[in-house]
Amino acid sequence: MEQFFKDPSLYTFLRGPMLWLAFLVFFLGIFYRIAITLREAKKEKIVYPYLSLRYTLRSLFRWLIPYGSISMRRHPWFTAITFLFHICLISVSLFLVGHVELWYESWKIRWWTLPVSLADGMTFITIFCIILLILRRLFQSDIRFLTSSSDYLILTLVALPFITGFLAHHELILDYKIMLTIHMLSGEIMLMAIPFTKLSHMFLFFFTRAHTGSEFGAVRHSRDF
Amino acid sequence: MEFKRKPITDIGIDETLKGVDEKKIKRAIDWVLNREASARLKVFVETCMRCGMCTTSCHHYLSHEKDPTYAPAGKVKQTIWDILNKKGKVTKEDIKKYARIVFSECNLCRRCVQFCPFGIDIAYLLSLVRRICCLIGAVPQYIQDQALSHMQTTNMLWFRQDEWLDTVQWLEDELKAEIKDAKIPIGRKNAEVLYLAHGLEAKYMTGLLTNMAKIMNVAKIDWTVPDTDGWDYTNKAFYACDFETMGKIVRTHYEVAFRLNVKKIVMGECGHAYRTGIYEGVRYLGWKESPIPYIHGVQFFYELLKEGRIKIAKKIEEIVTIQDPCNIVRYRGMGKMLRYIVSKLCENIVEMTPKDDHNYCCSAGGGMIDAGPVWKSARMEGGKIKAEQIKNTGAKIVIAACHTCHKGIEDLNEYYKLGVHVKFLTDLIAELMEIPEEMKP
Repeated sequence: MEQFFKDPSLYTFLRGPMLWLAFLVFFLGIFYRIAITLREAKKEKIVYPYLSLRYTLRSLFRWLIPYGSISMRRHPWFTAITFLFHICLISVSLFLVGHVELWYESWKIRWWTLPVSLADGMTFITIFCIILLILRRLFQSDIRFLTSSSDYLILTLVALPFITGFLAHHELILDYKIMLTIHMLSGEIMLMAIPFTKLSHMFLFFFTRAHTGSEFGAVRHSRDF
Repeated sequence: MEFKRKPITDIGIDETLKGVDEKKIKRAIDWVLNREASARLKVFVETCMRCGMCTTSCHHYLSHEKDPTYAPAGKVKQTIWDILNKKGKVTKEDIKKYARIVFSECNLCRRCVQFCPFGIDIAYLLSLVRRICCLIGAVPQYIQDQALSHMQTTNMLWFRQDEWLDTVQWLEDELKAEIKDAKIPIGRKNAEVLYLAHGLEAKYMTGLLTNMAKIMNVAKIDWTVPDTDGWDYTNKAFYACDFETMGKIVRTHYEVAFRLNVKKIVMGECGHAYRTGIYEGVRYLGWKESPIPYIHGVQFFYELLKEGRIKIAKKIEEIVTIQDPCNIVRYRGMGKMLRYIVSKLCENIVEMTPKDDHNYCCSAGGGMIDAGPVWKSARMEGGKIKAEQIKNTGAKIVIAACHTCHKGIEDLNEYYKLGVHVKFLTDLIAELMEIPEEMKP
């Protein structure tokens, strides 16, 4: 924040006030969406009375480990792509040296980091997976039928921070500082979009699985995986 | 991909829509989507990432040369997403298309839910569209007629109370030829078991009721059948998402049970009625669970065999395969009990793949068979994968512990020339069980 007041520029703006705003929108947005969902779920008489911790955990476990469900075993390639994609995406965002350094700079907190070459490879995998996901949308008939332009927009939104981060790191195409500015901006836009777009599946996943897992386990006595 | 279908006329849908304006349609949509539906609708619509994991789970998709308009999410896109995108301002033509999709191209079997990474309840989303069609009145004629019959008589085929009593009495007389002093007690108070029958068992399939009575007599069950309306366990209103009538039917069943002061309700081999009796209708009435045990035929037979109350005299030698009815297996995990019973009755069992709670629907369930003859072709086309599944087992007998599966597979058998016989457990047990000497006339 102080940096921005000392030296106001687009870079320090994105590094200071804008980052604050992005995190604020991200966390408050998630909180708001969850609160609304939980309140509305009360109107559905069949949600709360049947929730079961055991079957929620069973459901989450089956769907969070690779090939834990029949569906994933039937789609081995897609499962590999999505798991790699999500693992790389989350790890690079949280454990990249550059990101952790920024946290240390501002808050004097530090945690484990990924080796630089590994993080570089994971970024590449993330981008590659996004390309595969786009190709899948374009060429697989059942998914093309479902896809609308917003699906491509969301994939682009997620791809941008990774592409720009990768280019900035290797100092390709644009000047490092400019690329980094675009990288920060796109990352902040993505963060703010999470609670209000389809990216909200990041946290809603746990709620839908809790309901369906409980319904299948406790009421229907069968498997949801 | 476009939505291409042969034109089919169902007066229940087409004639109703002639008398409906777009204002009424909008009102029904607003009521269902804003007043009745809530968190589940919003969260399910939003979390769907359009990944296509559900696509190959659907027997309609697999049976239709991989046409994406038959895929589970594809059907959601063409109905509920369409309604949401148009903000409820849809035309009569749209409703006609929606009704066709939700009543004749989805059996609400919920197999797709097992394949969705988010556990999105696709069948729930499509049943919301059924509910909208129900409020408008645009429901297949045969379902409407049966639901009306339920409203008037609590049974599915306009059967009068005296006809029911008469039928039970002559069935009892006939049974006496096989079992000495056989009884079908009517309206006996304080019995242990109240037996409810399928509507058809009182009219066209009386043999099934006789066989059940035979088993009850041989197993020496303290039982009774209702002496009033409410003897038919079916609940066709449920198919139209006419929850008010569905609730009324289930309430009548429990009221009969309370009045006769029985310990439990036992029903025959039916899927949807079991589901309404055990939780769908029960929830609608405000109970968390059924107030007294509501036992499906499969569970009843399982307990009889486990406790040794009936003994099997001989086994079937021919190759047999087992149909897992969605409503009792995917919806209530009875696969193991079903297999236990069949293993006691048959020597050679060849299972279908996939089986148990991952089994394909017979393509007749969820009201598709009840939608009547005009929709039969949709049912036959959608059941192609089921027919192949049966053919691959090489079985001569298919055991289907559900009236809908039974008739559905009989039709598939005829259409695809599978050369199988479809059997109820009740009939098999009655045929194969040991009848003690002293009970023979």
